[in-house]
Amino acid sequence: MTAPSTNTAKPATGIPALLKTAFINALIALVLFSLMVGIRTEAGSDGQLTYWTRFGEVASLVAAVFGGSIVIELLRQWIGPTGAEKLVPPAVQSGISFVGRYLAPALLIFTLLVPVIFYDQRYILDLAILVLTYVMLGWGLNVVVGLAGLLDLGYVAFYAVGAYSYALLATNFGWSFWVCLPLAGILAAFWGVLLGFPVLRLRGDYLAIVTLAFGEIIRLVIINWQELTGGPNGVSSIPRPSFFGIPLDNSDNGLAAKLGIEYSPTHRIVFLFYLILALALLTNWVTIRLRRLPIGRAWEALREDEVACRALGINTTTTKLTAFATGAMFGGFAGAFFATRQGFISPESFTFQESALVLAIVVLGGMGSQLGVALAALAMIGGFELFRSLETYRMLVFGMAMVLIMIWRPRGLIGHRAPTVYLTKAQAISSDLVKEGHG
Amino acid sequence: MDYFAQQLINGLVLGSIYGLIAIGYTMVYGIVGMINFAHGDVFMIGGFIALITFLILVSLGLTAIPVILLVVLLVAMAITALYGWTIERIAYRPLRHSFRLAPMLSAIGMSFVLTNYSQVAQGARVKPIPPFITGGYTLHESTDGFVIQLSNIQIMVVVTTIVLLALFTWLVSRTRLGRDMRACEQDQTMAALLGVNVDRTISMTFVIGAALAAVAGLMYLLYYGLVDFFMGFVAGIKAFTAAVLGGIGSLPGAMLGGLAIGLIETFWSAYFSVEYKDVAAFSILIVVLIFMPTGLLGRPEVEKV
Repeated sequence: MTAPSTNTAKPATGIPALLKTAFINALIALVLFSLMVGIRTEAGSDGQLTYWTRFGEVASLVAAVFGGSIVIELLRQWIGPTGAEKLVPPAVQSGISFVGRYLAPALLIFTLLVPVIFYDQRYILDLAILVLTYVMLGWGLNVVVGLAGLLDLGYVAFYAVGAYSYALLATNFGWSFWVCLPLAGILAAFWGVLLGFPVLRLRGDYLAIVTLAFGEIIRLVIINWQELTGGPNGVSSIPRPSFFGIPLDNSDNGLAAKLGIEYSPTHRIVFLFYLILALALLTNWVTIRLRRLPIGRAWEALREDEVACRALGINTTTTKLTAFATGAMFGGFAGAFFATRQGFISPESFTFQESALVLAIVVLGGMGSQLGVALAALAMIGGFELFRSLETYRMLVFGMAMVLIMIWRPRGLIGHRAPTVYLTKAQAISSDLVKEGHG
Repeated sequence: MDYFAQQLINGLVLGSIYGLIAIGYTMVYGIVGMINFAHGDVFMIGGFIALITFLILVSLGLTAIPVILLVVLLVAMAITALYGWTIERIAYRPLRHSFRLAPMLSAIGMSFVLTNYSQVAQGARVKPIPPFITGGYTLHESTDGFVIQLSNIQIMVVVTTIVLLALFTWLVSRTRLGRDMRACEQDQTMAALLGVNVDRTISMTFVIGAALAAVAGLMYLLYYGLVDFFMGFVAGIKAFTAAVLGGIGSLPGAMLGGLAIGLIETFWSAYFSVEYKDVAAFSILIVVLIFMPTGLLGRPEVEKV
């Protein structure tokens, strides 16, 4: 739907108009920042509030807005009214998708070699593991949001269920990682079905708010059920994973001793790296396989049009439930991996912020595009990491980036994706044709 | 029974605050059809601006409480409304006709921006103010010494809410702006063809919603005596729950939902456990939506084929 009146704001042309816009923006900024930034409050030791002024900061912020709006206006006139489309013309788009065919295998080979190339750089290995965890989460959520079109704002709940399942089973019963991993997946899938039932009748934003509420409920229960989960203190000393029963430590029956090589703590990191890579690739493989099966096509049909879907005799109940269960299962796997990697989990790791981050990865990647999700995870987590030193400004920048990216590319980085099924010739599908899904 | 009556009063006051925030959600949803995730943070900003204005006025030596309250109310409403306007211009207007998930994500991003902006600008610690409006009435004293109290602040919160709600209902049903808003809600394209300035109407919706959220922020500050940068998130989800519970898009529904959530939360804390009050509120949301997928007062959604 396009309303004609929405483009009535005429672009400012000429220097006076430019200055006028910048001046108005600066004036608005002055009012906005005057109290919030200009006056800093702090509670003293006796509970009495004191304040002091920071007019210098306000002045520099207002000046920045003035300068910034001139630059943005100039850029806008230079690029033209169409904005982003002109920046990335369709030819480049299809070029990217052509490169994409070779990019995916190349990226996979590079990923496989990461522990070899960066063997001595613990930081890079840790970061790579983190990125792969989010790639896996993104691919898992992609099943729910990207394929089935069900908007899930509480995905991190399943991640939490998986993490706590493994942590509690391993610390209380001493079960090994390889027994707990499938159990974590099954338990998460079970919760996925449990969530699926009430939301079967809901559509669109109602679904979003219920999943958000569900994620919060799980987190609040974890915080408050102290006897089981340890409450805000979390679960600590979670066992490290073993190489199919052989521990990765410095002992006599450790893997290093058995292989007759010198022990190094990096071995475990490398093992964890390949473990999450394998899990992520499993997610990807299962998703791609499922997409070609009737159930996968039912998911995509559901995303496009639920009413038509039902008219064609597709059972929307099972379709939705399987989508929730499958996505949740992968979230559970990722959670179990997270628990074993960290050795410690607490409710703080499973906030709404994480759900939003994973959803942003899926949408930024271009819904339904597997490669796009991987690239988006790399960009988001990598970019997030760049600001680690600026702890307080990190989330501020992250939020701004989310807004700007959505304005710039609402359809995600990869505008095209491969079709699920085709008759004779595979033609890339523009993501503009992908419906958002009101399921 | 006395305990029950006291909790009823407390619940109604909390519910009024949620209801004021919920109106902002419901209006935006009715017109633009998107969840304004940043609205809870707008409420938080309103609370902060009220706090800072208080500090300035008190340090200027002003002592007349009604004057202070009026000035704080006006300043908080004005500046917060400008925040609402700016947020709409920056994060939502460019995405109005975009892919449905895009404005939702930019709203979530905006919420992160506002939360962390307040944290950076005002610090992470809780900001208390001394009790400003004191006193109250004893409604009833039972034989075992339990007293039902109605404090002046509670009266003020409820009266303000009722007055604003009446004003607002008049605005929507009688004025030109209200007519434009209802027209945009029906069909934006048609409204534009008939001479309604859609952009301006949507901007005004955000402005009014933000101003009401600022009032809620002020009430929260007076009632609980504190603000902090994170309070927008929880209050925002609760108020959104209220809006959905009441049937999103419906103004009386938002108020009803707010009252329901406030009462549920208060009674649950009073009779069961304080820890699980949010779980109770969210669970009831899920239960209500299972049986009434469009909320208490919502219109049934018509499936267009």
